[in-house]
Amino acid sequence: MELLWILIKIVIVFAVVMLHVMYATYFERKVIGHMQVRMGPMRVGPHGILQPIADGLKLFFKEDIIPAEADKKVFYAAPLICLISALSAVAVLPFFEGFAIANINIGLLYIFAMSSLASYGVVLAGWSANSKYSFLGGLRSSAQVISYEIAMGLSLVGVMMLSGSLNLTDIVHAQMNSPYKIYLIPQIIGFFVFVVAMFAETNRTPFDLPEAESELVAGYCTEYSGMRFALFFMAEYIGMIVMSCLAVTCFLGGWSGPFDVPGIPFFWFLLKAYFFIFLYYWVRATLPRYRYDQLMALGWKVLIPLALFNIVLTGTIKSLFG
Amino acid sequence: MEPLEIAKKIKERFPDQVIDVEEHRGQVGVIVKKDRIVELLRWLHDDPALHLNHLADLCGVDYLGKKDVRFEVVYNLYSIPLRHGIRIRAQVPEDDCQIESVTSIWMGADWHERECYDLLGITFGGHPDLRRILLPDGWEGHPLRKDYPLDGGGKNWSGYDKVLERSKKLRKYDFYGTYQDPTKKTGIEDARE
Amino acid sequence: MLENKAQLRLVKGDEATHEPYTIAMGPQHPATHGVLKLDLELDGETVLECKPTVGFLHRGVEKLAENLSYAQTLPLTDRLDYIASMANNVAYSIAVEKLLDIEVPLRAKYIRTMVMEMARLTGHLLWLATHALDIGAMTVFLYCFREREILLDMFEEICGARLTTSYTCIGGVRQDVTGHFLESLYDFTEDFPSKIKEYETLIDKNRIWLKRTQDVGIVSAEDAVSLGLTGPTLRGSGVDYDVRKHMPYDAYPYVKFEVPIGSKGDVYDRYRCRMEEMHQSNSIIRQCIEALPTGPIRAADAPDLVMPYGIQKKVAADATFSSGIIKLVKDSERYIEGDVYVAAEVPKGELGFYFVSDGKGVPYRMHIRSPSYIHIGALSFLCKGQMVADVIAIIGSVDVVLGECDR
Repeated sequence: MELLWILIKIVIVFAVVMLHVMYATYFERKVIGHMQVRMGPMRVGPHGILQPIADGLKLFFKEDIIPAEADKKVFYAAPLICLISALSAVAVLPFFEGFAIANINIGLLYIFAMSSLASYGVVLAGWSANSKYSFLGGLRSSAQVISYEIAMGLSLVGVMMLSGSLNLTDIVHAQMNSPYKIYLIPQIIGFFVFVVAMFAETNRTPFDLPEAESELVAGYCTEYSGMRFALFFMAEYIGMIVMSCLAVTCFLGGWSGPFDVPGIPFFWFLLKAYFFIFLYYWVRATLPRYRYDQLMALGWKVLIPLALFNIVLTGTIKSLFG
Repeated sequence: MEPLEIAKKIKERFPDQVIDVEEHRGQVGVIVKKDRIVELLRWLHDDPALHLNHLADLCGVDYLGKKDVRFEVVYNLYSIPLRHGIRIRAQVPEDDCQIESVTSIWMGADWHERECYDLLGITFGGHPDLRRILLPDGWEGHPLRKDYPLDGGGKNWSGYDKVLERSKKLRKYDFYGTYQDPTKKTGIEDARE
Repeated sequence: MLENKAQLRLVKGDEATHEPYTIAMGPQHPATHGVLKLDLELDGETVLECKPTVGFLHRGVEKLAENLSYAQTLPLTDRLDYIASMANNVAYSIAVEKLLDIEVPLRAKYIRTMVMEMARLTGHLLWLATHALDIGAMTVFLYCFREREILLDMFEEICGARLTTSYTCIGGVRQDVTGHFLESLYDFTEDFPSKIKEYETLIDKNRIWLKRTQDVGIVSAEDAVSLGLTGPTLRGSGVDYDVRKHMPYDAYPYVKFEVPIGSKGDVYDRYRCRMEEMHQSNSIIRQCIEALPTGPIRAADAPDLVMPYGIQKKVAADATFSSGIIKLVKDSERYIEGDVYVAAEVPKGELGFYFVSDGKGVPYRMHIRSPSYIHIGALSFLCKGQMVADVIAIIGSVDVVLGECDR
């Protein structure tokens, strides 16, 4: 019975997440379109509402081209690694009170592990295609993810210290019981570091170097086409959703809100998550791209010291007053 | 300084080099021998009273059948601080189709000279990297010479033939039977002839 | 930069164990602005050697011009810098007028100056759009195209074409401008400075933009002159050279404008120069509209093409001046032997035409000094020791068009 309930939950969450991925692309094109004095997709259905379905069908039926010199097995596996690790991370997210597929005690670590695994997919994709642009994209990505993983991990240490737990549900409960109700206020430095690292971790503008189209054509997915490319694409958007949800859970109090909306327990959670996804698009429409060495300098010379300082500060305050 | 004055100065400095001075629509061209061209141009570039530091243009002209010396390499010089200019035209005979490179004076002369070599076949001695630039490496002839026909002599470039051959070899199947051999003449070409 | 130099030495000294990574950027690449190919030798992300390859778009314009009459070559100049073809038309026309000694009526001079500055705006807007897009700021791209579209529509209004305009002709311009055109252009110039401000709010003080452009691709004043750089690319290095001021043509002696000068010669200075130039162009257009005199728009004695509409014979596509089907009016004593070099300031830099005439109605030799060609030649100098991402920024900042480069 327990198992069945878990399976049902998996199916529900999977369907909801995939639907969100589809409409995240639509939402992105509309938002950026309107920011750029144009309309975005308008042709498929009213206001282009069916555009994601058309895109999906197109990618699904496209010819799957594999370079002759590619390392075939790795080439096949790379997008799957990306997608599966991104999807697995969804499992521990608490969408509302008592609803998480796996309410495990190391939820936070598990998400870190999964997002690190996703970078293997990127590195392997860059290497296996046997293309120079892919290779450079893969190299950039591995360096970037390793550096920003550290900053991101350290930025969340403050949250762990305040809540005393790695379980995401417990973190939300701890926030509800804290004086400010959210960790954004006591952990403002950590939040800043986390948001910057979150952009870098998901390879989005201004840190989209691994797939910078004006430099490396399409980075690690240069040689991918059709459905395999779509898998990378989905993995990227799932990564964005996971990171947004993590930010909501750790800093903005998860599903809790100023008042309860009857019947929709995940209302506040979704609202906050949508805000972060919107933030991704907003930044993409506004900022230029960093250079590789500047990105590294930002990660190691600014974000990691800031995160360490935050840990010291949090620890000091907690030991003095808490 | 007026261009004719500059021409006079050149004549004084290099009396044995200057062949003629021509004026047309207010612009002055000094026709010189090619022997001491680098020395002459370096002097024009370095002399503080002239200071012709901007190589506006460098090109070759083919005077086939019009003049005794077939080629001329034309240097259009301009002085940005002193705001005057002059044209130096160095004669290059066909049997010794070679002139010293001026890349040591102007870095930008590099590509000008490569273009001149590519399109007119004038060799530049001392040029660091004298290769064809606008045309592919296997090209035959120099198109801007007056004896080069406008339609290229009806011959394909060898690289193009190679591509056609390769495409024939790589073509494994013909789904609809509509493939036409591009090396064979089509009806359109016959009509034109 | 010091670190990069150290790496350079390492590679040179120990080549057996450290092989540079070669990468072919182009001819199909999103950031090479056409069919430019760069062979990069990389050490990590640092460029050891950058060898540009051009010629993929070579159409033999110079050879063609030797077989066409002066008026027939004019449409070919549209295909040089195809994003600001009006400027090429003007540059070609003034060169031929100098060769044939034709005096252009004042109204035509003002109109030409006006359309040339419009072309400069279209060119600079496209440059800003693509430059910003290359560095990753994609919104600027669409903002710039919004204004460029208005200008292109105005081109369409005066000559029927948006890109390949062929608007000028030898001795003047083809059609007179209408009142509606002048009004809408004036409205545009009133609005345009606020639009420039809009672009600047997005990138001008943006920290990432500054980091990407400042101290990147520095070229000193002496090197810039020696490399033959012209236009804003040269002026970014602090050299005051503008053909409009040095060798004024058309109505430029009668209008007031300033030439913006940079100081350091990096990508940012070149960017600032072009942004300031847009303000100046805007003001020149306004002055031209305000001072536009009345009178004829073409010199009466200028050579032109006449198609004999009366004859029934089908005109072949390759009919030329020499085949007698297309005739020249005023095939006169103007054609005398001689040579001229005339330059004009187009958006990219100094576009010069060198003509040799042998006294016939076709040029004996025409050479185009195209700024893009020289600028691409300078890329290997500019890109050495920079990073891959900087190469993209530098290509954007020298502003090249391959149609003009390859001719």
